[in-house]
Amino acid sequence: MASLITCPHCGTRPKEEFSIRGAALRRPDPAASDEVWQAYVYVRDNPKGRYQEYWHHAAGCRRWLVVERDNFSHEVFGVVDAGGAAETKSQARAGE
Amino acid sequence: MTSYRLGAPADGSGNGLNRAHPLTFTFDGRSYKGFEGDTLASALLANDQMLMGRSFKYHRPRGPVTAGSSEPNALMTIGTGARGEPNVRATVAELYEGLTAVSQNRWPSLSTDFGAVNGLFGPLLGAGFYYKTFMWPAMFWEKIYEPLIRKAAGLGKLAMQADPDRYEKAWAHCDLLVIGSGPAGLMAALAAGRAGARVIIADEGFQLGGSLLSESVSVGGVSAADFARSTVEELTSLANVTLMPRTTIFGWYDDMVFGAVERVQKHVGTPSPDLPMERLWRIAAKRAILASGAEERPLVFGGNDKPGVMTASAMRTYLNRYSVSAGTKVAVFTNGGSGYRTAADLSASGVTVSAIIDARAQSSDVVPEGVRVIRSGAVVDTKGRLRLDGLIAERSGFQEQIECDALAMAGGWSPVVHLMCQRGAKPVWSDDAQAFMAPDVGAAFIAAGSAAGCDTIAACLKDGAEKGAALCLALGFSSYAANIPEVEGDYDPAFAPLWYVPGAKDKAFVDFQNDVHVSDLGIAQREGFGHIEHTKRYTTAGMATDQGKLGNVNTIGIVAGMRGVSPAEIGTTTFRPFYTPVSFGALAGTSRGEHAAPVRTSPLHDWAKKNGATFVEAGLWHRSAWFAREGEKGWRDSVDREVLNVRHNAGLCDVSTLGKIEIFGTGAAEFLNRVYSNAFLKLPVGKARYGLMLREDGMIFDDGTTSRLAENHYVMTTTTAYAGEVMAHLEFASQTFWPELDVRFVSATDQWAQMSLAGPKARAIMSRVVEDDISDAAFPYLAAKTVTLRGGLKARLFRISFSGELAYELAVPAGYGEAVADAIMEAGRDEGICAYGVEALNVLRVEKGFITHSEIDGRTTADDLGYGKMMGMNKPDFIGKRLSSRFGLTAADRAQLVGLKPIEADKEFKAGAHLLKEGASPSMASDQGWVSSVCHSPTLGHMIGLAMLKSGRERYGEKILVWDGLRGSEVVAEVCSPVFVDPDNRKLQG
Repeated sequence: MASLITCPHCGTRPKEEFSIRGAALRRPDPAASDEVWQAYVYVRDNPKGRYQEYWHHAAGCRRWLVVERDNFSHEVFGVVDAGGAAETKSQARAGE
Repeated sequence: MTSYRLGAPADGSGNGLNRAHPLTFTFDGRSYKGFEGDTLASALLANDQMLMGRSFKYHRPRGPVTAGSSEPNALMTIGTGARGEPNVRATVAELYEGLTAVSQNRWPSLSTDFGAVNGLFGPLLGAGFYYKTFMWPAMFWEKIYEPLIRKAAGLGKLAMQADPDRYEKAWAHCDLLVIGSGPAGLMAALAAGRAGARVIIADEGFQLGGSLLSESVSVGGVSAADFARSTVEELTSLANVTLMPRTTIFGWYDDMVFGAVERVQKHVGTPSPDLPMERLWRIAAKRAILASGAEERPLVFGGNDKPGVMTASAMRTYLNRYSVSAGTKVAVFTNGGSGYRTAADLSASGVTVSAIIDARAQSSDVVPEGVRVIRSGAVVDTKGRLRLDGLIAERSGFQEQIECDALAMAGGWSPVVHLMCQRGAKPVWSDDAQAFMAPDVGAAFIAAGSAAGCDTIAACLKDGAEKGAALCLALGFSSYAANIPEVEGDYDPAFAPLWYVPGAKDKAFVDFQNDVHVSDLGIAQREGFGHIEHTKRYTTAGMATDQGKLGNVNTIGIVAGMRGVSPAEIGTTTFRPFYTPVSFGALAGTSRGEHAAPVRTSPLHDWAKKNGATFVEAGLWHRSAWFAREGEKGWRDSVDREVLNVRHNAGLCDVSTLGKIEIFGTGAAEFLNRVYSNAFLKLPVGKARYGLMLREDGMIFDDGTTSRLAENHYVMTTTTAYAGEVMAHLEFASQTFWPELDVRFVSATDQWAQMSLAGPKARAIMSRVVEDDISDAAFPYLAAKTVTLRGGLKARLFRISFSGELAYELAVPAGYGEAVADAIMEAGRDEGICAYGVEALNVLRVEKGFITHSEIDGRTTADDLGYGKMMGMNKPDFIGKRLSSRFGLTAADRAQLVGLKPIEADKEFKAGAHLLKEGASPSMASDQGWVSSVCHSPTLGHMIGLAMLKSGRERYGEKILVWDGLRGSEVVAEVCSPVFVDPDNRKLQG
């Protein structure tokens, strides 16, 4: 785990300010198949190397972030706000 | 007399000392004198006390073998009483007035130690001894062997008293961190400091200068020590440079964060209460230079552990820095230039050098005048018991006795590369240098000076200056052309490898502290523990408090020799923080005792206290558990009374610890509808609703009520334990699932004092406090509104109940909590109101079949707990909806919430017990469920329980065995509805 995380809102902060949720997966559409939902809830790749995770800046701006890091070398490649990331990925849910 | 202090030299060498400031200290009860600037070891040597410790296994007499932090032998307990600290290395312990040191691992005294009898059993105590001896009979391990080993194990003894000192933690930031203040470190810091970079230079020693303090060369026309002093002065004058003596950089972590411990007051006789004893630093550096120097290797020959045998560089340090000669007649055993330099320094100080035994056939090293050199020679044995008294040298089979009372051994140099190898990189063997060199770990952290393999002081000065300047240039600082001072009198420390001297009569030690000798390494190879990591564990080489700083490279070299391969093929064991031991006090910092965790108290804490509450810790919260009254014999008496009083009159309970989250936004209704499993879209303004949140896997996450205070304003309550988790969950869902919904959250748990007033007389009491009409018509069950209290205070009133009684929860701004609670107690006095705590709260909810996290245990669904019909399965989506319909979560034989009551009313059972069909033997296959909550119900007069039972709702009336294997009890109970009191909810309504 990295020692310092550069929050896009707060700047470089010690890792103790963050909590980690796990793989940054996109929540499937409610109508998606059982297989898709099972994969989303239970199946993880656990790769050695680059990995995207949800980190919560719990003791900072309270924003959820996507941290891309190497889980072997601990190198951090980028930190972006998960809201922005989700916006580009998620389908519009208007009308629900 | 053997070791002694030299007179003050005219030229000011012996220059680490302040002879104008003598100090008195004691060792094993005897009083000694030393000087300011001494270490405990140098002061003891000055007083002819070479014997400083006993080894771990054989209890062999030992003296210091180094003058630094790698010391394996001279370990002592320093300080008295609660400040007594075991295993302090005398070689780095700074002397202070009144220092009290006691030797360790000996009985009854250091010079007469009965434990030394272990040495006679040496052949039985070889490598693997523990593994082979304590195998059988099996029962002996726990009863006999382990206690015996535990008693014998460990060096020194803890004070067993609370540490009276305080510790703190701090962050530091810099452009360049320089680790070590020898010639390379000082020059690197100077180059960077002059270039304007923010520099931190840290050194474990109490005087900055490293080897410059120990070597008899001149640098820039002055003595090396004076050069160090003037350089430190310049660095001190630079505002952008921070000097940190007495600070060990112990670890290198991700993102160039270094761990360091600063010994703020370890060198002070009477520590100031205004300062910490030690300070733990985390230093974030843009660049770092490892200038930690090189460690001189001991030579491995028979009897190489006698007090008086030490490394040649250590002997030079004692001589040049502390003006102490290790002996009156000193022999030197060397495979390189360091031995000759020690002989020359001793000779120049008037100490007799009886012989230089050089393992090499020839060398170009300068021999001091009149000193005999035995080339192609070796030391094969040493004489003396508590102190070296002669040695046996051998050349081509010819042995002769050499008179000496001290022996310098020079076995070559190993760069100190520990820190660079802590994050996975392995040091790289160099055939040229015959040493393991620093690995390439990238441009941000580089080694300089002898840590990088430089040999002479001149080379170290140049390397440090250049690398310091280069790193600054890379950071964008202007280039600074370092003027590198001239060095006179340098020597060539080159050496030829000599891993092991054969023909030893006595043991030839590789790891001094753990008594690992060459034949132990042989046993490990023979018995299949050849991999260096196995060899380490099998022999314990490198596992002592010094972690093999001195011995590991020799271990590797000897194992390589035994296997006939290069040390490169053997490799090293794994390097991990900490470089040297760090006290638990420093690691804990201020987080100890009551400060180990924050204490959360409710705004009604003082109200509870003055009403006689006993508090219970629930997470960080201290909650009022019950309110004892005079004459009550135990908590049960109080709880029973409180419960009955709530059922018959009224009670007031502090529920401020419940999580409270304010929710705003035009998308709030839609958002709540998606995070709760039940419907929330149409909750009217002014109403509260119970909600169940699921995890995405369909299991219940948390429950609570959410009230709509205005069109786009809700307040949510969560359980006490999950307040933080629910907040993070809402933020996650809002930010990543549905960022398009306009909704915001604020945690308001601490902003509100919240109290529950429950019981048939609750309305009568509450109406005396609230101005608004709270009749059932105006304020029915599940009403939630802002009201005005008599006196004008605005408050939030909710008609919700966790007891099954007519009940209100009243929330007021935290600061008004105590006054409002007092007012309610006063208003309810004639109605017989009482304060009740979380124990009574729990009994009331179990009697009513309400759930808590005892039931919401991560394995239960809404349907399991009887809330299946509540789920809004016709909603398009909510968290947990999709997987709730999985077959496994809807199977008919799932465990369902039921009530239990014992057939015999006086029988008791406890939560955690399992349920079995009557007559079934306990097994996983016959398991029918488990008991989640129990209490004694004063309302019913017997024990009741909530349980999860397979297909439980179909089994009311069935007798079932409550089997508690852990506590050895079996009770027959009847399965019943989980709602024991008022199943029709008459009391809630009306």
